[in-house]
Amino acid sequence: MKYLHLIWAALFRRKTRTILTLVSITAAFLLFGLLDAVRVSFEQAGQSVNGAERLQTQSRLSFIQTLPSALESRIAAVDGVKDVAYANWFGGAYQDPHNQIFTFAVSPNYLDVYPEVEVDPAQRKAWDATQNGILAGEALIKKYGWKIGDKIPLQSQIFPNKEGSKNWNFDLLGVMKSKDGKAFQSQMIILHWKNFDETTPYNRGQVGWYISRVKDVNDADRVAKAIDALSANSDHETKTMTEQAVMANWIKQSVNISLIVTSIMGAVFFTLLLLTGNTMMQAVRERTSELAVLKTIGFSNTSVLGMVLAESVLLLLLGGIIGLALVSVLSPAISQGSGGVLNLPRVGGTTWVLGVALALAIGLVIGGLPALRAMRLNIVDALAGR
Amino acid sequence: MKFLTGLATFLVVLLSIVFFVVLPWQGLVVIALALAAWMGLTRRGQQAASVTGVGVSTLGQRLGSSAVIVIGIAGVVGVLVALFAMAQGYADTLRSTGSADTAIVLRGASASEVSSVLSHDSVLVIGQAPGVAKDAEGKPIVSAELVVAANLPLKNAKSSDDFGSVQLRGIGEEAWKLRKNAKILAGRKPEPGKYELVAGKGAQANFSGLEPGKEIKLGSQLWTVSGVFATGDSFESEIWADAQIVGAAYRRGSSVTTVFARLTGADAFEPFKAALTSDPRLQVDVDTTLGYFSKQSEGMSKIITIIGSVVGAIMAIGAVFGALNTMFAAVATRAREIATLRAIGFRGLPVVVAIMLETMLLALIGGALGGLIAWLIFNGYTASTLAGGSTGALTFQFHVAPSVLWTGLKWALAIGFIGGLYPALRAARLPVTTALRES
Repeated sequence: MKYLHLIWAALFRRKTRTILTLVSITAAFLLFGLLDAVRVSFEQAGQSVNGAERLQTQSRLSFIQTLPSALESRIAAVDGVKDVAYANWFGGAYQDPHNQIFTFAVSPNYLDVYPEVEVDPAQRKAWDATQNGILAGEALIKKYGWKIGDKIPLQSQIFPNKEGSKNWNFDLLGVMKSKDGKAFQSQMIILHWKNFDETTPYNRGQVGWYISRVKDVNDADRVAKAIDALSANSDHETKTMTEQAVMANWIKQSVNISLIVTSIMGAVFFTLLLLTGNTMMQAVRERTSELAVLKTIGFSNTSVLGMVLAESVLLLLLGGIIGLALVSVLSPAISQGSGGVLNLPRVGGTTWVLGVALALAIGLVIGGLPALRAMRLNIVDALAGR
Repeated sequence: MKFLTGLATFLVVLLSIVFFVVLPWQGLVVIALALAAWMGLTRRGQQAASVTGVGVSTLGQRLGSSAVIVIGIAGVVGVLVALFAMAQGYADTLRSTGSADTAIVLRGASASEVSSVLSHDSVLVIGQAPGVAKDAEGKPIVSAELVVAANLPLKNAKSSDDFGSVQLRGIGEEAWKLRKNAKILAGRKPEPGKYELVAGKGAQANFSGLEPGKEIKLGSQLWTVSGVFATGDSFESEIWADAQIVGAAYRRGSSVTTVFARLTGADAFEPFKAALTSDPRLQVDVDTTLGYFSKQSEGMSKIITIIGSVVGAIMAIGAVFGALNTMFAAVATRAREIATLRAIGFRGLPVVVAIMLETMLLALIGGALGGLIAWLIFNGYTASTLAGGSTGALTFQFHVAPSVLWTGLKWALAIGFIGGLYPALRAARLPVTTALRES
């Protein structure tokens, strides 16, 4: 620690070079922070405490296949099930077919299964009582500037209504919120399943999937098997998984996020290693005589080694921390500024730990060679400029 | 004053980058030719050429620091090209699925084939529409297909939760007639009326158990895999079976989801569409397959391209500063040499041009290297995704197209341009006397 000012002085001996290198390192760690936060948020999707106690029952044949509504009472009777809700895919889009919105037609008790979703009790009551009512997520309301009481036209890309038209009209009666907008319902619209089933000629009492809560999380596996046993060997066999597993399966099929992130970061850090490594080599080569002087006045070989290593680690840590701090500040600002259009994940603790560890490791690798060279420096040769 | 020149340079850089990005390759050839002519014919140009020659010939002695530029830029271009090749491959696969002379008919307001429903009567009406091509026996070449999805275990599945969704297409004999590119690779076509299916090449690569002769379970039914087919487009990500049997297994009766029709030519599409949309018995959306499948890829390719650009831009910032660092150092070590040149009568412009050319040459090498590495690793790399509105995994191959490589090279040159400009300006501005006195 007592050599800190010396290391600092060595680092900023050539200001331009150090600052240019720092910007390179910062850019690399900025990218790392962004990508790793994306990866972590994908990995943690659906992994809430509430998510673990929810089971999702779908048709074993395919997720587009529907299930009979008679299954509800039979699932509810399974030992260990606390309550059952159900939903159907509606396939909504607002104004333009490209503005797709997750829209579900849901059972009256759907919100009870999702206790993390907060709806004002008065609004909930109004929605319960209005057949044509919908609730919309906070992010959507902000994005499209809707107000409670508005008539919202939605196009369904799957189900026409009674007149055969794809245009449905709904009354917006309330907002679905959640703590820090984490629940996916804040990006979603729900309408009454009953209204949906009566209005479209194509559904005829079918249910897309059931969501049931278990009484004991550790019992989830057994309950899932018991639910699937209800319809075994029928023409509507089911597959029941925890909400978490459903989410993980879906993401796995959509995009191999960790492969993409790992290969990009591999390329970035490999490049960074060479770039900064070259700078450190240059810095030590330039200072050969100064290092010799240090040794002459009594600095030991190991302390010279340590100082050069510390210099490169310090450089990497500075750049890394600035980069990660930039993402932490920028991503909420961008999310806020875009009004929920772009939802950048927050930089979490794991990303910070991983980032700092990487900075340390890269610093040591980069500093290694120049530090060894400085340690082995022969005083007489170095001073003579040989 | 100094601030103003700095600001002016910065604006010039921004403008030239924007200009450069929109420039087609012909434009760049013209610029290169003009530069060559200037270097060959004018006095200043010849000076610039000789200074460039000195700089380039000493590159070997500065191998380490020159490599920083090359490798830094190779990294950026490699990642960029890989991401763009992914978008390109995805879009290519879907685009090649369609053609201008086949039409797709879906129920009105259906986002995709799966969400559409067409009755048996509608299919007959569509077959009678004007513009539909007829086969040798005078029957319209129309294929009514029932598209549903099925869950299958993924390759290398570790548990029963490792399943994926595949699109299952119920077809008849007409489907093979309509798609001239569909070939059976192994085994045979499914027999009508039997629980048999053929697996697309892409689907077979993605899911387990799709080898000819094996049996797979879809829901409660056992199906026999009778063969493997290839189409070279997105259809080979699917599995195909007899439409009647699929309809029975999925409780869809005789209804279908999609009607494909071969038209007599691309110009027959408008009358065909007009006839169907004005028919009071139908309520359908009509598009050419080219239009339909291109639209499906649009959103997804756009997203990948945007992600690629953002990632590339951040990496490019890092690489620009790496290049700046190297070139500042190169200018500093050659300060006396440059000052000597200027003392014996060389002007500032040739010096600036020479340093810029040197950096851009290194950038070009880096860009080519990055493009080559990305091409070696990723060209033809197979990936699959569920995204983009389809209900089954779509298998596609990364495609490092020439246009993708060209974009990568443009980025490389842009990075080299910025990385070289500031050091070049410094070299030209440095007072001769100060530089000569420097050790």
